[in-house]
Amino acid sequence: MAIGVETVAEDLRSVYSSGKTKGLEWRVSQLKALLKITTHHEKEITEALRSDLNKPELEAFLHEIAGATSACKLALKELRRWTRPEKVKTSMTTYPSSAEIVSEPLGVVLVISTWNYPFLLSIEPLIGAIAAGNAVVLKPSEVAPATSSLLSKLLREYLDVSAVKVVEGGVPETTALLEQKWDKIFYTAAAKHLTPVVLELGGKCPVVVDSNIDLKVAARRIISGKWACNSGQTCVSPDYIVTTKEYALKLVDALSCELENFYGKDPLLSNDLSSIINSRHFDRLTKLLDDEKVSGKVVIGGKRDRDKLKIAPTVLLDVSQDSLVMNEEIFGPLLPIVTVAKIEESIGLINTKEKPLAAYMFTNDKKLKEEFIRSVSAGGILEHTLPFGGVGESGMGAYHGKYSFDAFSHKKPVLQRGFNGDVAARYPPYTPWKLKFLKAMLSGNILSILRALIGW
Amino acid sequence: MAAVEAEGVAEELRSTYATGKTKTFEWRASQLKALLKIVTHHEKEIVEALRCDLNKPELEAVVYEIAAVASSCKLALKELYHWMKPQKVKTSLLSFPSSAEIVTEPLGVILVISTWNYPFFLSLDPLIGAIAAGNAVVLKPSEVAPATSSLLSKLLGEYLDISAVKVIEGAVPETTALLEQKWDKIFYTGNGKVGRIVLAAAAKHLTPVVLELGGKSPVVVDANINLKVDALSAELQKFYGKDPVGCKDLSSIINSHHFDRLTKLLEDQKVSGKIVYGGQRDKTNLKIAPTILLDVPRDSLIMNEEIFGPLLPIITVNKIEDCLGFINAKEKPLAAYLFTNDKKLKEEFIRNVSAGGMTINDTVLHFAESGLPFGGVGESGMGAYHGKFSFDAFSHKKAVLQRGFGGEVAARYPPYDSGKSRFLRALLEGNVVGMIRALIGW
Repeated sequence: MAIGVETVAEDLRSVYSSGKTKGLEWRVSQLKALLKITTHHEKEITEALRSDLNKPELEAFLHEIAGATSACKLALKELRRWTRPEKVKTSMTTYPSSAEIVSEPLGVVLVISTWNYPFLLSIEPLIGAIAAGNAVVLKPSEVAPATSSLLSKLLREYLDVSAVKVVEGGVPETTALLEQKWDKIFYTAAAKHLTPVVLELGGKCPVVVDSNIDLKVAARRIISGKWACNSGQTCVSPDYIVTTKEYALKLVDALSCELENFYGKDPLLSNDLSSIINSRHFDRLTKLLDDEKVSGKVVIGGKRDRDKLKIAPTVLLDVSQDSLVMNEEIFGPLLPIVTVAKIEESIGLINTKEKPLAAYMFTNDKKLKEEFIRSVSAGGILEHTLPFGGVGESGMGAYHGKYSFDAFSHKKPVLQRGFNGDVAARYPPYTPWKLKFLKAMLSGNILSILRALIGW
Repeated sequence: MAAVEAEGVAEELRSTYATGKTKTFEWRASQLKALLKIVTHHEKEIVEALRCDLNKPELEAVVYEIAAVASSCKLALKELYHWMKPQKVKTSLLSFPSSAEIVTEPLGVILVISTWNYPFFLSLDPLIGAIAAGNAVVLKPSEVAPATSSLLSKLLGEYLDISAVKVIEGAVPETTALLEQKWDKIFYTGNGKVGRIVLAAAAKHLTPVVLELGGKSPVVVDANINLKVDALSAELQKFYGKDPVGCKDLSSIINSHHFDRLTKLLEDQKVSGKIVYGGQRDKTNLKIAPTILLDVPRDSLIMNEEIFGPLLPIITVNKIEDCLGFINAKEKPLAAYLFTNDKKLKEEFIRNVSAGGMTINDTVLHFAESGLPFGGVGESGMGAYHGKFSFDAFSHKKAVLQRGFGGEVAARYPPYDSGKSRFLRALLEGNVVGMIRALIGW
C-alpha cells in the first residue's frame, strides 16, 4: 500500500481546519482546473476509456466528457448563488428575530467511484464536494485501470494536492480508507456492506411498453438506453421489458430492425458497441444466457466472442420469473422481455421487486401513465435539474447540479435576535398568568393574547 | 418481544402500506386531526404523565411539549396539500422537448425510536412528519419515561388507525428485535453510542436514517453585553428562589443513574472549589440545584462529556476570539450560541463554527422556528426535521421526465460517425450555428 493511505483523512483534516477550502476563491480555482482537464485532455480521456471498456468515442464524449464539462460549468456559474444563505421567514413564536439557513462544508469527504463511467462518476461527485468547500479523497475503481491512472496523473497536475487527493488501489486500499473517519462517504457501485450516506447503487430498471405507441421511436430509444450506453453496463439502463403477450412479437420485430440499423448484420464486428469490462463479468453474463430456464428463449442475438469480450445485443422473450436473468441486475447487453395478459398488470409485477434506480414507460395512455408515476417507486432520471439518486435497495441520497452541492453540505440554521423584545412570560417562577399568556401566544389568537395581557 | 413478533409487526404494516391507504390525502389529514384531538382533549393527563416521569413543571409541559405538538399538527394540516404537490422543474436543451417534475412519495414503513427528556413531543413530532408524508409508522417510546410511554400507547391506540400506526413499548430487547427488521427509514433521537448501533443495524438493510443526537453545545458570551456571573446568580435567584432544590418550577433529574452521573461530575477533584453558585442536591427527590462552576480545567470530567443536567461550567479565555478555536477543537455540537453586539465577531462565529444549528443572543429558540431545519452534524447527528423538513425527511423525491414520441434526435443512435459527433457537441454547447453546420454537413 502506498505511503500515507492510512493517514490520509487526518492529513486532509489539518488542511481543512486551515479554512482554505472554504474560501470561494479556492473552490472556483479548483473547478476551473477541473474544467481545463475536461477541455484540454479529451483525447487522452477517450483513449483511456477505449482501453478500459472499448467505449466508442461518441459515448465517451457524450456521456462522460460532456457530462463532466457541463457539471463544472454549472457549478462555476451557480456557486455564488448556492453558497448564499437562504433567508427564512420567522413566526410569532420567536418574534422579533431573523433567520437563515447557512450552507457549510462537511469537512473531509471520501468519494469511491466505479468502473462503468469511470471518468464521469469520479469527476461529478468531486465537483459537488469541492463546490461545497470540502477537502476530498477520490478512490477510482481499479477495474478501470487506465482511467484510474489518468485521473491520478491529471488531478495531481492541475488541482491542489494538499486538499484533493487520489488514492489508487483495490480492496486493501479501500478497506484502509473506510477505517478512517470521514464527514461523508459517496459510493457508487453494487451494494455491499457499508454504512455511508450517499449510495448510488443499481437495481433492475424495468421498461413498460404499452401498445398504440410509435414503436419505431420507442425501439430506438430503448436500444439507445441499453446498448448505446456502454453495452448495457449502466446503472440506469433498461434491465428488462414488460409488455402484453399480444404486443411482444411486434416489439421484438421493431427491436430487431433497429438493432440492425444501428449495429449492422454482425454486431460483434461493430466499433460502436462497447465490450464487457472483464472476463469475470463476461462469464457471469454468459451463465445467464446458458441458464437452462431460458433455453429456447433467445429471439435476437446470443452470439459472443470471448477473446474480444463482446456479447451481441441479445433479446430473450417470455422468460420465467425464477430464471437467473430475472433475479439479479443484468448489467450487460441482455434484455429479457416478460409478458403479461393486460398492461396494467405490469405495475404489480414491478412492485414485487426491490425499488430500482430508474423505471421507464412508453405509452400514450394518460391514465396508465399517471398510475405508473403514482405507484412505481424508483430513484431518478438523468436531466441535470432533477435529483439523481436511488431509493430502497437502489441507494440513498441524490446528486447532480445543485443537489451535488447540497449532498456535500450541512445546512445550518441560524436564528438572530436583538436584546429587545424579551418575553418575560417564559421565565420562572411559572405562574398561571404566564401559562395563559404563552398558550395564547402560541395559538396565535390575538384576542386571547390581549385577554391574557390584561389578566382576564 | 421476540424477533418473530417484531417481524409480524413490520409485515402487517407493510401489507397495510401496500393497499395504498396511507398515501391518500384523506387518510393523512384524518390522522393528523386525530393527533390534534389528543393534545386538545387530554392536556391534563399528558401534564400528569410528564410530572410523574420528569417532575416537569406544568408550564414547560404545556409550552414545550403539548403546544409544540399542536402547532406542528396544525402546520402540517395547513400545508399538506401544498407539500404533496409535484414540483415542476425547468428542462434543458438536452432533453427537449420534455417536461420534468419532482414527485414526492412516501418511503413506506418507518420506525421512530424516541427518547425520555421530551418524551411526548419527541415521539409525536417525527410521527407527524412520517404520517404527513404518507407512511405507515411504528413508534417505540422511551422506557425511561414509562408514564408517558404508557399514555402514548393508550391514546394512539384509541385515536389513530392501528392498522398503520403502532406503538411498541419496551426496552433493549424490544428495540433490538425491531432493529433487526427491514424499515424504509429509521428516525432515532438519543445518544451517539446507541446511534451507532442503530446506524449499523440500518446498514444491513440499506435503510437510511435520521439520527438526532447531542453534544456539548457552547455559549459564547462577549464582554460588551455585560453579563457576569453575578448577573446569572441574580436571575437564578429571581427564577427559583433561595431554595431551588425545593422549587416546583425546577424539573428533577430523570433517574438515579443520571443523578449519580451528575454528582460524580461535581465531585471530580479537578473542579473542587470551582462552584460559584448552587451545588445543593436532594437524592430522595432526585434534584440538583442550578449550579455554576467558574474556570474549570479543560481536562476535567465535566468538560469531556455532554453534561445533560443542571451544571453550567464557565471557561475563560484571554481574547474573545480564542473561543472559536476552543469550540472547533471539540466534536461538532447540536447547537451553538453567541451573545454579542459585535457584528464582526458574529459573522466570524456563523462562518467558522460548525454546529447543527445556531441562535444569536438567545438560546434554544431556533428549535421553535418551523421554517428552520433542526438536526445535527458530525457527532451530533445526521438529517433534520421540523415543519416541511419533517415531511421531506420521510419522503422520496422521485425525478420524473416525460417526453412525447416527437423530437427525435437521431444523432444519438449508432452507427456513430463524425457528423453525428459534431452535431451532438454543438447541441451540448448550445451552439446553434454549429448545429446547423453539422446538419448540412459543413
